[in-house]
Amino acid sequence: MSSIRRAGVSVAESPLLCVEDLHVTYHTPTGMVQAVKGVSFELGREKLGIVGESGSGKSQTGRAILGLTSPGGEVQARRLEFQGTNLLHADRRTLRKIRGAGISMIMQDPKYSLNPVMTVGKQIEEAFLIHSNDSKREAYARTLAMLRAVKIREPERVYRAYPHEVSGGMGQRIMIAMMMIPEPSIIIADEPTSALDVTVQLQVLAVLDDMISERGMGLIFISHDLNLIASFCDRILIMYGGQVMEECKAADLQQAQHPYTRGLLGCLPRLDGSQKELAVLQRDPAWLDTQGSTS
Amino acid sequence: MIDIQGLDVVFGHGTKTFHAVRDVSLKVEKGQSFGLVGESGSGKTTVLRALAGLLDRVAAVSGSMTVAGETLQQQRSQAFRRRVQMVFQDPYGSLHPRHTIDTILSEPARVHKLERIEERVVAALEEVGLDASFRFRYPHQISGGQRQRVSVARALITDPDIVLLDEPTSALDVSVQAEVLNLLMRLQREHGLTYVLVSHNLAVVAHVCDTLAVMQNGEIVETMSVQQLRQHQSSMPYTQQLLTASLGYDRSAIDAFEEFGR
Repeated sequence: MSSIRRAGVSVAESPLLCVEDLHVTYHTPTGMVQAVKGVSFELGREKLGIVGESGSGKSQTGRAILGLTSPGGEVQARRLEFQGTNLLHADRRTLRKIRGAGISMIMQDPKYSLNPVMTVGKQIEEAFLIHSNDSKREAYARTLAMLRAVKIREPERVYRAYPHEVSGGMGQRIMIAMMMIPEPSIIIADEPTSALDVTVQLQVLAVLDDMISERGMGLIFISHDLNLIASFCDRILIMYGGQVMEECKAADLQQAQHPYTRGLLGCLPRLDGSQKELAVLQRDPAWLDTQGSTS
Repeated sequence: MIDIQGLDVVFGHGTKTFHAVRDVSLKVEKGQSFGLVGESGSGKTTVLRALAGLLDRVAAVSGSMTVAGETLQQQRSQAFRRRVQMVFQDPYGSLHPRHTIDTILSEPARVHKLERIEERVVAALEEVGLDASFRFRYPHQISGGQRQRVSVARALITDPDIVLLDEPTSALDVSVQAEVLNLLMRLQREHGLTYVLVSHNLAVVAHVCDTLAVMQNGEIVETMSVQQLRQHQSSMPYTQQLLTASLGYDRSAIDAFEEFGR
């Protein structure tokens, strides 16, 4: 691991985020739904991918970390710590400070995550000013610098633009700028590029990748796209039915052992070889630990 | 089976027009699968909709289209509408939410005055791997993959020769995508269907199709065989960039990406 130092704390000693035995449970009229069942992981200054199919609990895991579980959902964990702060028992004020400045989140669709009646520049500035006491002039300068950092060519023009005036790729760059400007230590990106074309998707990821490695941040990258996660992240958690099936280095994904991971890999059509028939994933109920804990 | 020559589609009129498809020509032989790939806005879906005759009220369509020897008029014939069926991208939006699966499946059969409708419905469900108990359920009571199977069954009910597939698996999980792709391949073998598949996913097109055309800004950039695609034998820089991008994230390759703008 690299020897990036921040606030005098060495990386190897303390992970940024500690999640131990996380459970998210929804109480519905038709019974209890366990969306996340005993997920544990640590996040350092790295790119951690969480991959799974719909309903695997990957997004619920990301949202629970930031306390964004929808009403009706109950979050329990043995440990949920961000740089020594217990997120489970933090009061609202502490949580507000952590959201944005400590941990921030990039959502899937910029069209729904940006305020449609506010210029892009003002929204980025707002994200900055909430977490600092700097002047508006400073905020303006920082915003332009940040727009440049996410490779937007005409930052002054885009500053004055409204969200509907920008393309999907640019909208997602704006989201990244907005999330980066309070200088958080962790970014949670939930399917940040699934709505974009492949080439634009990769360009946006390159922006994110560069910023994360320059600033020594931690990234939780949530996606359903196995190939993308394997090529983009350092480490991968494979989730199914609210549990972590397997954890592996991204580079070793092709050698993954768990039948679920193997099944997922097998059912992808490939460009570089012709399969007559795609393998179909056979789900085994035994994968899901009835105890509801993976240790 | 399908022969399109010089297809142009223009949306809007007066000063506000958008030329969505420019001079597109393609041929598909009987029993073959033809893929249309490209990024969003490249016009691939518009070509499909123009062929199906879904655009005549909203856009100016010109060029000649021949299907099974029949030159298509603006008003499609009843025979064409039976022979050519379409499967849409979104299995959530393309099935009527207040109709049972039975109503959804029997409607095209009634429109085309086919006989033994009930038998056909049961047979079509069986073809797509669903049992007869699904007949009296509503779309919201079944999963996304099952809904896409129902969409395929609806296309099959009129015994078509040609099925137009518009991103049929892009809304599905990969494991469900594999099931639907296998189903489509089997149906093609058993019924000798001709497919035109629109997709942004090169691997899916390579799996299903024999020939493909790469579209960009409304034009066909390149037509090639899937074999050529698999071996990266492309002369066009745009196709090569799409190929590179579809292989996954590679930081060093991205800086070399070009803008192929309008």
